[in-house]
Amino acid sequence: MASHPHHDGAPPPLHRRPPPRVLLLRHPPHFTLLNRPLPDNFHFLKPWESSLPLHDFLSSADARSAEAILTSGGAPVTADMLRRLPEVRLVVTTSAGLNHIDLAECRRRGIAIASAGDVYSEEVADLAVGLLIDVLRKVSAGDRYVRQGLWSSEGDFAHGSKLGGKRAGVVGLGRIGLEVAKRLEAFGCAVLYNSRKKKPVLYPFYSDVRELATNCDVLVICCGLNEQTHHMINREVLLALGKGGVIVNIGRGSIIDEKDMVQLLVQGELGGAGLDVFENEPNVPEELLALDNVVLSPHTAVFTAESLSDLCDLVVGNLEAFFSDKPLLSPVLEE
Amino acid sequence: MDAIGVLMTCPMFAYLEQELEKRFKLYRFWDFPSQRQFFKSHSGSIRAVVGNTKLGADSALIDALPRLEIVASYSVGLDKIDLGKYEEKGIRVTNTPEVLTDDVADIAIALMLGVLRKFCGCDAFVRGGKWKGGDFGFTTKFSGKSIGIVGLGRIGSAIAKRAEAFNCPISYYSRSEKPHVHYKYYPNPVALARHCRILVVACALTEETRHIIGREVMDALGPEGVLINVGRGAHVDEPALISALLEGRLGGAGLDVFENEPEVAEELLRMDNVVLLPHVGSDTVETCEAMADLVVANLEAHFTGKPLLTPVV
Repeated sequence: MASHPHHDGAPPPLHRRPPPRVLLLRHPPHFTLLNRPLPDNFHFLKPWESSLPLHDFLSSADARSAEAILTSGGAPVTADMLRRLPEVRLVVTTSAGLNHIDLAECRRRGIAIASAGDVYSEEVADLAVGLLIDVLRKVSAGDRYVRQGLWSSEGDFAHGSKLGGKRAGVVGLGRIGLEVAKRLEAFGCAVLYNSRKKKPVLYPFYSDVRELATNCDVLVICCGLNEQTHHMINREVLLALGKGGVIVNIGRGSIIDEKDMVQLLVQGELGGAGLDVFENEPNVPEELLALDNVVLSPHTAVFTAESLSDLCDLVVGNLEAFFSDKPLLSPVLEE
Repeated sequence: MDAIGVLMTCPMFAYLEQELEKRFKLYRFWDFPSQRQFFKSHSGSIRAVVGNTKLGADSALIDALPRLEIVASYSVGLDKIDLGKYEEKGIRVTNTPEVLTDDVADIAIALMLGVLRKFCGCDAFVRGGKWKGGDFGFTTKFSGKSIGIVGLGRIGSAIAKRAEAFNCPISYYSRSEKPHVHYKYYPNPVALARHCRILVVACALTEETRHIIGREVMDALGPEGVLINVGRGAHVDEPALISALLEGRLGGAGLDVFENEPEVAEELLRMDNVVLLPHVGSDTVETCEAMADLVVANLEAHFTGKPLLTPVV
């Protein structure tokens, strides 16, 4: 690789150097869904095109030249992987969540990370609110009722429950949580929240998620998955939410102890659930498929035409910025 | 008061029946095999009628009940009530405004989200085991889409307030421009449809608004446009809607009401760009109880000589 002296020791700008080599852990579906080609000013390494299993591919000369990793669909960036790739200086992920990246190893190596930033906060918030209304007002169930001809044969459909006046507990008041809160307020909900730390907002703060659940009618999970939040929503918290309580999850499946939740739903100890994420996607517990007070979504929170387009722009923008020595568009900063 | 005869036109809500029975002598119209026999035996006892949007109190009913003093409708819509005739005969009429505004507005937004983000399709996808075979594909973002409201009354305004929280620009059509409203006004539904992505019907059904949404409006809304109806089925020319959807001249529809409920056209049942609800706009336990309480309160007020709470006539 020819090097052009430019700044002291700094790599040459993008247009003056050979295409940076970027390891793709899987072909990003965001580009495929839009029929959009990957940018041609980068050289993408595609392990699935090699006959070698990923583990061996990473040790190959090809892989070792990678300067950046692009991960999508939660394909993990592990410490082991990073150790095999000494040239990597940047990890770009198409998600807002970071639980699939070994952040400690990145920090140790000084590897920069770019995420999806704010690109689909609105989309995810829209889904959370949509799932909540669907559960309370039985929208999907009502649509099924009509399509199955039951309105003519059986008569009036069951009553739902009013959204206005409900106390809504938002777990995780980051970008997405704030968008959810703003929307729920317009429907007349009283918003309460739990977060790692108190935020400069007027909503009442609860440091303990079980206490939050005790004081709410619905819980909306908007936080990231990490060691502290794993199975944070367990049997205790769900029982505190109560028989009429509704839980919505657009974070990560493992934030909720799925076995506990399924059992309580089946037993009628929990009023309903709206779920876009599950512990073992794409597998969904059989018991949920038979319940009418549950609305299920196949992890589609971010997959709208608009966000896909914005996300592709962001991925390309981050790569180009980094390799042109400019600031990342959506850097993940240490908190 | 328990000697006062109150006639309920059809089954509505068990709680309402219970509350009426506690205070009045309740006659359930549907319990009598012969209407003619009922009128022969009991018409002299009926001083109040409780009707709804399925079975109101029409001209014929008024004529059959010589002692009728008041009709309390378990609805806000008055399309099944011959208002002119009541006024003529000095019969009072009440409805249930305000209490159901929120619920209907919520359903309007739910329908918008449902059509654009395909909640029903996603749910069916997972329940049918299809997720294991691959991803669902992508849908359309709701936040930020322009919304046109036909009828900026209580319900229309409540819809606007909610949509604003999703950063949706709002415009409207109404019989006349409303002062002190910061949404853009269009003088007719076609112009409104041309300038919005989602058109929602939230006005009352009258002679003028019957089929207010016809082919011209739908064509103006366009192949990416979405029609939402939380008014009355008769607001929309249903055959025109079905053609527009089948031919791709209209992008999608979210419907809580139909021209001939509970019948819904076969063609609609097969479409995946529509959401169909069995007229549940105000059907929450909380709101139905509030509506029932209002019906009872109006009747009690009338029969104790106090002012009606929510009179129409």
